[in-house]
Amino acid sequence: MKLIHCPKVGTRPASEFVYGGLWRPMPDPDSTTDMEWSHYVFHRDGAPGVQREWWCHAPTGMWFVAERDTMKDEFLRTMTVAEAMKDLAHG
Amino acid sequence: MPLRLLKNAFSDAPDPRFFNTPRGLRDSYDVVIIGGGGHGLACAYYLARDHGITNVAVLEQGYIGGGNTGRNTTIVRSNYLTPEGVKFYDESVRLFQDLAEDFDLNIFYSERGHFTLAHTDAAMRTMRWRAEVNKHFGIDSEVVDRDTIAEAVPMMDLDCGGEHPVLGALYHAPGAVVRHDAVAWGYGRGADKRGVEIHQKTRVTGIRVVQGKVTGVETDRGVIKTGKVISMVAGSTPRVTKMAGITTPIVIHPLQACVTEPMKPWLDTIIVSGSLHVYVSQSSRGELVMGAALDPAILHSTRSTLDFVEGLADQMLDLFPFLGNSKVMRQWAGMADMTPDFAPIMGRTAVDGFYIDAGWGTWGFKATPVSGKTMAWTVANDKDHALIEPFSLARFDRFELVGERGAASVGH
Ligand SMILES: Cc1cc2nc3c(=O)[nH]c(=O)nc-3n(C[C@H](O)[C@H](O)[C@H](O)COP(=O)(O)OP(=O)(O)OC[C@H]3O[C@@H](n4cnc5c(N)ncnc54)[C@H](O)[C@@H]3O)c2cc1C
Repeated sequence: MKLIHCPKVGTRPASEFVYGGLWRPMPDPDSTTDMEWSHYVFHRDGAPGVQREWWCHAPTGMWFVAERDTMKDEFLRTMTVAEAMKDLAHG
Repeated sequence: MPLRLLKNAFSDAPDPRFFNTPRGLRDSYDVVIIGGGGHGLACAYYLARDHGITNVAVLEQGYIGGGNTGRNTTIVRSNYLTPEGVKFYDESVRLFQDLAEDFDLNIFYSERGHFTLAHTDAAMRTMRWRAEVNKHFGIDSEVVDRDTIAEAVPMMDLDCGGEHPVLGALYHAPGAVVRHDAVAWGYGRGADKRGVEIHQKTRVTGIRVVQGKVTGVETDRGVIKTGKVISMVAGSTPRVTKMAGITTPIVIHPLQACVTEPMKPWLDTIIVSGSLHVYVSQSSRGELVMGAALDPAILHSTRSTLDFVEGLADQMLDLFPFLGNSKVMRQWAGMADMTPDFAPIMGRTAVDGFYIDAGWGTWGFKATPVSGKTMAWTVANDKDHALIEPFSLARFDRFELVGERGAASVGH
């Protein structure tokens, strides 16, 4: 069975987790053009590679961030939201 | 057929192939189509037949029809939700109905009737909405009650074991299944006969763009000059758009399907349940062809999983408890190119000479004829065909989505 490691809850069966979409910074809605906003809302890189994503451990409602290879379906790393935010701040 | 086989057994010459294998790639073509699935081959066919454009190469990295075309569960219908979708898919159904004659090839087009079951009041409301939109455009579509379903499908447990009883359904008499390979081969043979070159085992690795204009494609067999490139690669779309330097809203999720061992005929209609996330039809060989919803997370892979068959069997047994002992024979997956509004992305793009036909997700097989035809027109005239204008990539920048989810998410 496939397992996923949540930084708070520990390692649990994949069936307990819900995928929550791409993790990415939101541009400031007040200072973006309509075009930039539509690109943020709809457009995605979409190509295979390593990406950061929201995941949720459903039974506890715990949200966290995972780095996953979308070609191999491998989780490379998981981190708390606070850790992921810190990475964003450091660019 | 058996006689022909016997004749071949005594002769040295093999049966004529469906297509020629062109020798090598030429230096340049008027149009290069990336992807030898149903859409790419149909587009090549209509470019040659309707517009006299025959200096065309279809480049296919594997073998023709080996992508989603050969992995799909072949449901053809037009009972969509939006006026844009209904008009578009209705034209496709019409084209499908004449295709066997166009090709002089049996494509096993089989009208079965299509039930979309509703298990909740909210689902019943969507069915009524769809029926009204459909009727407005002259499409045979109506809401039916439990008794009608019971009569058509006596083997169904309409109460679903008491868990989520069926309240009614949307019934679409023209709903059909078709032999997918025959559709790809028919278009391929028709294009080949008219001079189009179909190059299998030829992968596009780059697209050359100079000052916003396409000048050629790079392949693993060399570089080709061309001013017009059409991307018809379904699950590989983000990889190809990246080569052209554009982004789209498309993300890739696996979609799985499976078949059971053959059994005596007992199901002559197509059954879909959006609430249970399953659908089923019985093939002419007797196998049940079954599918479910998308895999939840993005993945560029055609691996299949036990989770899928387990989940599907669980829901299928609610509808048809007597299937408890039947065995699943094969399962597989395709890579579905999903859009946020469940409508396709078609037509011209910001790069001059780069055309896109994608966002076919879980529903694009039925669009094979109409996509080929409208994309051929679009490329020949360098102007989006009226039927595909609402599906342009630029709709997202205008926030003008075509909300088709209510009719497309599980029903295909
Ligand atoms: C399990 C499943 C069930 C489905 N059921 C239905 C259904 O019941 N009804 C329905 O209408 N639709 C259904 N669909 C959707 C349908 O299969 C697709 O939308 C449709 O077949 C897409 O056709 P296509 O020709 O655009 O793509 P494909 O058939 O995928 O063809 C694209 C081709 O491009 C090639 N290619 C990719 N990259 C390159 C490159 N760089 N160079 C050269 N070639 C390349 C690929 O090898 C592939 O052969 C289903 C899909 C799946 C996966």
